[in-house]
Amino acid sequence: MSAILEIKNVVKKFISEKKEVLAVDNVNFYVEHNEFLSIVGPSGCGKSTLLRMIAGLETPTSGEILMEGKEIKGPGAERGMVFQQYTLLPWRTVLDNVAIGLEIKGIPKKERYEISRKFIKMIGLEGFEDSYPYELSGGMQQRVAIGRTLANDPKIVLMDEPFGALDAQTRTILQNELLKIWNKDKKTVLFVTHSVDEAIYLSDRVIIMTARPGRIKDVIPIDLDRPRERNSMEFIEYKKKIVDKLKDEVLKTYNMNNYSI
Amino acid sequence: MNILKKIIMPLLGLLLWELLAKWLNNPVIIPPVESVINILMNPQTSVLGTGNLIENTLISIKRVISGFIIAGIIGIPLGIFMGYFSTIMDLFDTFIELLRPIPPLAWVPLALAWFGIGETSMLFIIFIGAFFPILLNTIAGVKSVPKILIESIETLGAKEKDILLKIILPASSPSILTGLRIGAGIAWMCVVAAEMLPGSSSGLGYLIMYSYSLGRMDIVVASMIIIGMIGLILDRGLKYLENRYFKWKSLTK
Repeated sequence: MSAILEIKNVVKKFISEKKEVLAVDNVNFYVEHNEFLSIVGPSGCGKSTLLRMIAGLETPTSGEILMEGKEIKGPGAERGMVFQQYTLLPWRTVLDNVAIGLEIKGIPKKERYEISRKFIKMIGLEGFEDSYPYELSGGMQQRVAIGRTLANDPKIVLMDEPFGALDAQTRTILQNELLKIWNKDKKTVLFVTHSVDEAIYLSDRVIIMTARPGRIKDVIPIDLDRPRERNSMEFIEYKKKIVDKLKDEVLKTYNMNNYSI
Repeated sequence: MNILKKIIMPLLGLLLWELLAKWLNNPVIIPPVESVINILMNPQTSVLGTGNLIENTLISIKRVISGFIIAGIIGIPLGIFMGYFSTIMDLFDTFIELLRPIPPLAWVPLALAWFGIGETSMLFIIFIGAFFPILLNTIAGVKSVPKILIESIETLGAKEKDILLKIILPASSPSILTGLRIGAGIAWMCVVAAEMLPGSSSGLGYLIMYSYSLGRMDIVVASMIIIGMIGLILDRGLKYLENRYFKWKSLTK
């Protein structure tokens, strides 16, 4: 396997009038082709910022991000992103939301609808093609957002806590569906979450980040066959290991926030 | 029951009007209801040799539509660019904030000086009236587009043109339509005022002034009623479009 994405010495500082905040401090890692890689870390550790830099929505203060060896400049269709917030266009139907990426690429209507219907089927929303986002539940909206990103056929899918706003049950269902799609489509996925359980359940490797400023604390390969059994000894072992490493970081974040009050 | 509640006040108003008219018995101050109704019921009859009610109404409507369309053609694109590009905003903002509070009628002398007596001056006044609400609502609409929507389609490969056409324009159209509705209301008020200017010889505003000079208050009141009704239809019509086409706006959390 070879790296599709390389993050080299990336630093991100946010400079406001009052102060300078170091959000991401010298981060290095790579993502392999067809890999499912997760990043976990306490809230505010800069993991979303990191993902936004890879998407091209933020620029690193220093360091470089290489996509297939080329430095990225701004957002692009080959790096599709699924956000935690609902981002469907409320004036478009499910079908037209899923088709928008293809529409931008200039693919004719008939063809883009054909492709989009295939993905709507894949995300289990057949029959909802003509529904509007406000007629769908939060979980269904996130499925559409995932379908929209996949229909656009990106080389890597960036996911920023896509299931963060959903209830536990919907979350589990969508995790399984995501794995199914990933397996079938052989996509590369970079997944940000604060749920250790979710990261172990989904990923080939899990990157653990420190409290702010975000650095990489450890990278844990998850050597378990899929589908993974959450109650298995091995799964629980992994969970314990990662939670232990995270605990200090969460405490640090907690203290940091307390002192700042 | 509901309909009764809605019409009881207008009916009482009519009754009061009729009683006052009878009591005063002076049609130059308060014309009797029946003579006003009589005029409204026979809109094809020529009044005072200046054409009939329908003709004059259509002339006013035509003027409003022309001035209104020009205001939209300039106001909507300018508003979108001002809302989206901060440089354009900075360039035009002070200028517009300065011109905006000036009532359309304060432009009358300049309009007459620039365009002379006639149609162009009237269109200019209507344009001024409709332009600012359209512009300001368009800007507000563009500014309220959630940044995350733009970011999400950027990661689907959208360029500036796609963002403007596929996000900014549709996302701000409910607000643009609100601007058009307010602009149309003001344009309608401005046409009546513009038609009262010297040199005007047609339209409802002219008819009101001309009837007044002849002491025909029944025609004045009949014209006022038509103005009110058309203003109402205009407003309700655009409001209907808002509800019909932009249902998503009120239903999206």
